[in-house]
Amino acid sequence: MAPMSKTVIDVAYVAELARLELTDEEKAVFQPQLENIVKYVEKISAVDVSDIPPTMHGRAIVNALREDEVRPSMDRELALGNAPLRSATEFTLPKIVEGAES
Amino acid sequence: MELYELGIAEAKEGLAKGDFSSVELTQAIIDRVHAKDGEIGAYLTFDEEGTLAAAREADKALKDGNGLKGLWGIPIAIKDLINVKGQPCTCASKILEGYVSPYDATVIAKLKAAGAVCAGRVNMDEFAMGSSTENSGFHPTRNPYDTTRVPGGSSGGSAAAVGGNLCIAALGTDTGGSIRQPASFCNCVGLKPSYGRVSRYGVTAFASSLDQVGPMTKSVADAALLLQALAGHDEMDGTTPPEPVPDYSAALAGASLKGVKIGLPKEYFIDGLDAEVKAITEKAIAACAAAGAELVEVSLPHTEYAMAVYYIVAPAEASANLARFDGVRYGHRSARSEDVFTLYTRSRAEGFGAEVKRRIIMGTYVLSSGYYDAYYGRASKVRTLIRRDFESAFGKVDALLTPVAPTPAFKIGEVQDPLTMYLNDLFTIPSSLAGNCAMSVPAGFTSGGLPVGVQFICDAFREDKLLQVGKAFEELKG
Repeated sequence: MAPMSKTVIDVAYVAELARLELTDEEKAVFQPQLENIVKYVEKISAVDVSDIPPTMHGRAIVNALREDEVRPSMDRELALGNAPLRSATEFTLPKIVEGAES
Repeated sequence: MELYELGIAEAKEGLAKGDFSSVELTQAIIDRVHAKDGEIGAYLTFDEEGTLAAAREADKALKDGNGLKGLWGIPIAIKDLINVKGQPCTCASKILEGYVSPYDATVIAKLKAAGAVCAGRVNMDEFAMGSSTENSGFHPTRNPYDTTRVPGGSSGGSAAAVGGNLCIAALGTDTGGSIRQPASFCNCVGLKPSYGRVSRYGVTAFASSLDQVGPMTKSVADAALLLQALAGHDEMDGTTPPEPVPDYSAALAGASLKGVKIGLPKEYFIDGLDAEVKAITEKAIAACAAAGAELVEVSLPHTEYAMAVYYIVAPAEASANLARFDGVRYGHRSARSEDVFTLYTRSRAEGFGAEVKRRIIMGTYVLSSGYYDAYYGRASKVRTLIRRDFESAFGKVDALLTPVAPTPAFKIGEVQDPLTMYLNDLFTIPSSLAGNCAMSVPAGFTSGGLPVGVQFICDAFREDKLLQVGKAFEELKG
């Protein structure tokens, strides 16, 4: 098993991965708090888990499948109703592709 | 007795006998909220006109003689992360301010089918992350037994509304203790169903392998009535098996502790337990024994790792679930965005509160490249050991009896450190990880007048047994 505690969480970097802009003040507050939490959860490294299967759910479940048939989905107007910015039929976003016409 | 003091069972009886109408009952709740909620802050929003209109519809059906079963005409307060079509659903987060639900959650469709009236949206910790309802993006909720203290969380609005008689009953959700701990703090019954017993469709996801919706009520009989309406298979939630739903109220008839084997997990009676909570729990144990229960000491040896497992698994799942809040399809969009990247990062920065940000960062960290096996992968294996502990215990006993939380309700602002706050869920997290059902039942008061509950835990899908034990215990207190 890989040792855990060698690296310290880099809050600024992980926040970027999580698409979360932090202020300098937040970084300063969260860094020690999250170091503490990470240190705490690392106590699980003391448990012998060899040959133990993982539990991914509160209850062992198998795939729940239904017939592959067309069913009505949400009305477009309803689905667009909460959009912060929209056109008549779509969500509106800033330009994504460099050089493309928006 | 005032109408707002009634529980579900008494309200059902009064409606059936024609003592009062659903409109009168609903109006009594609305008046009570006007009089009292300024002080408590249990509700975020209350659509009075819409609620009274639904109550009028219920009364019409009652007059036609069709409404005597189920929850007909009973107003139920809804935790603000459960979607009710046409109503706001903010999850107590600024990021969802102004959001209007386009559809009903399955639990809401089921409540409506049972005749219930959705009455008001109650406060919570933002996205159900917290143990005090201080993390609400809008305002904190105060404990009705002492307004300088928290109601617990995350279902603190639900608990304060039930405990303060600001509703007849409420829906809460529980991921690691969010129904049970506030129930204990506010003197109500709070039942977390087994994972898969109740549909999560339309309930804003926090940690998908743990979240469950459950009843928060004034009595165990009410919890049975409300759970009856909620439970069962839903094809919109693949984790709900098509197992039959027992008649929970019928299961309560003649509930007794005689010969019931009650396990006392030694790992739950620790040094950090508040002296008064310990005394109340011990008194509850003695009362069960006096009523004929057989006490059995059991061991759940991996208990000490449960909180660590939880604070890997729950944030990991949360970080994935909350990725959907990006300012594109719904919710807050930053006015400062320059491109798609800053649209995401700034909308999320402005919309989420501190605890939600911490958990997203924690969850992203434990899932990130190179760390997955050591954290999420390993935690999922330790989770298996925790589940096996319970399986082995339930081979020997019918139910477990433990404290709900290490302390009674604490002061608003008293707990500042996140890790210290997490310790509130020490006794409720293990059974959540294992997928068992568990319930907080009022057990007594501290010398300062603060309510304290005890927790009963039963094997998965044995809510019938859990309710029986809870009912028999409730009757001991008279």
